[in-house]
Amino acid sequence: MIAIEEVSKRYADGTVAVDRLSLQIPNHSITVLVGPSGCGKTTTLRMINRMVEPSSGTIRVNGEDILRRPVNALRRSMGYVIQNAGLFQHRTILDNIATVPRLLGWSKQRARARAAELMERVGLDPGMARRYPYQLSGGQQQRVGVARALASDPPILLMDEPFSAVDPVVRRGLQEELLRIQSELGKAIVFVTHDMDEAITIGDRIAVMRTGGKLAQFAAPDEILSSPADPFVEEFLGADRGIRGLSFLSTRELELDRSQVFPVDSDWKRIAGRDEASSSVLVTDAGGKPLGWADLATWSGDVEALEPYGQSFEVGRDSLRVALDRAVLAPNGQAVAVDGAGQVLGVAGQETIAAAIRLARQRRAADAPQDASKLKAAP
Amino acid sequence: MNVLNFMQHFFSDGSHWHGYDGIPQRVWEHVQYTAGALAIAAAIGLPIGLVTGHTGRGGNTLAFVSSGARALPTFGLLVLMFVWLGLGIVPVMIPLVVLAIPPILITTYEAIRTVDPSPVDAARGMGMSEPKILFQVEVPAALPLILSGLRSAAIQIVSTATIAAYVALGGVGRYILDGLYQRNYEKVAGGAALTAILALFVLVLFWAVGRVAVSPGVRRRGAA
Repeated sequence: MIAIEEVSKRYADGTVAVDRLSLQIPNHSITVLVGPSGCGKTTTLRMINRMVEPSSGTIRVNGEDILRRPVNALRRSMGYVIQNAGLFQHRTILDNIATVPRLLGWSKQRARARAAELMERVGLDPGMARRYPYQLSGGQQQRVGVARALASDPPILLMDEPFSAVDPVVRRGLQEELLRIQSELGKAIVFVTHDMDEAITIGDRIAVMRTGGKLAQFAAPDEILSSPADPFVEEFLGADRGIRGLSFLSTRELELDRSQVFPVDSDWKRIAGRDEASSSVLVTDAGGKPLGWADLATWSGDVEALEPYGQSFEVGRDSLRVALDRAVLAPNGQAVAVDGAGQVLGVAGQETIAAAIRLARQRRAADAPQDASKLKAAP
Repeated sequence: MNVLNFMQHFFSDGSHWHGYDGIPQRVWEHVQYTAGALAIAAAIGLPIGLVTGHTGRGGNTLAFVSSGARALPTFGLLVLMFVWLGLGIVPVMIPLVVLAIPPILITTYEAIRTVDPSPVDAARGMGMSEPKILFQVEVPAALPLILSGLRSAAIQIVSTATIAAYVALGGVGRYILDGLYQRNYEKVAGGAALTAILALFVLVLFWAVGRVAVSPGVRRRGAA
């Protein structure tokens, strides 16, 4: 647990970078510091490993004032990841990762064995061990940066805009990788970013900071999205915070319609003769996987002639945001719901999803105060 | 007769290849002067350049002192030292060292100062001590530039060490000076050629050092 208590940073020219900030950063979770440039988020991070000394206030790690510890020992006990990775160009990937174990006095052999283990953990091909940083892509370099920070298995990981310099696709991959690693290792991670989407994706808790180094709001992502503390936070969240908030609502209780779903080998004449059905039905293969939409009035029975269904969503794993997105994109406004094996469970129209949203909102409003834990679904 | 003929006569004369005035002896003396002056200049210039480059302080003072030192006429300094100290190796070494310090000092300072700051920040944040940051992060990254400073200093010393002959010392400058007095232009051309060959040898030597000492990750070529 990192306890930041009434910490300020004032520079000699009178600039206040951080103003009486107090934050409790719990173990085994990702705390994101987010805000516009100049809000003091990086300064705050750098005060935790004493790259910047606070002007006043105290920072405690597990109860101990960080000023009591020798500065280099303190830093070696925390992983540190920066933008652009900051790899040592003259060292191989393996030796880059082995840096902190070597500083801690491990033998070269043991440090390298540990480094090889970490390459695997962060998803790097072992064949890269003997390469040099310039031979790697930006995303790979950043993976090495994360592996290097984890090398001595520190309980705390400080990450300063680590994924800002890579393209959006690679960034998403790195974010997923970080969440996966975190689910395995359970570190106390402090993560600085200026990107609210990134904060929502990876944060268990988000500290929104405003210019002048003040804390605007400190809460779980869904709470920040559903009830921003003030107009600054609301504006920083952007125009679509309502839609983004749906990321935290589960599709588990969505009412799915099965009456329009038929396997391809059905008796189509009898189905066409029904009077209650809409003319559009979802056709699945014999194994229950979706094939496409058919208009019963015109469809000849040819699988090739089916209307594409777009993408499906997985009930329970995907959020209402994903379900709504699929419904909006589908040609007939109906999203296809599948289970983990890809078999169709039913379809949900935009109205059904809207009803589910209203229901989830009401339920949340009823038990909001005590429920701080969040349902984390992929965005 | 042209310069090439002069050289050919000089090098094909068997009497020029042995004795105290023979080519091996004079070249050996020249190499000793060069190595000595370079070692002393590096011993002064490298540490100051490394420390000022690492801390980023004192750069202006360095630039001022170095351009001052560059403005000193080497030959004038030699004469002055000779007047003060008399004959010997010291009055020769001082001007050569003064000549060699600025390129070493300024290049080293600039090389360290312009190292990419993010690995340095990462190293500090991981708990590396300042000397380790300097020697394990900054110097390996700055090494190609630092070597180029040493190389230009070495080449300047090689060509300038010919002045040792003016104060009755050896080196290949002996041939140039004696040849001029004796109006023996074969000797002059031979001495000049030997100086040029030594300078080329310095280039090859530094190229080889660079191949061995600079990491393939910094050189960015031929890495596995």
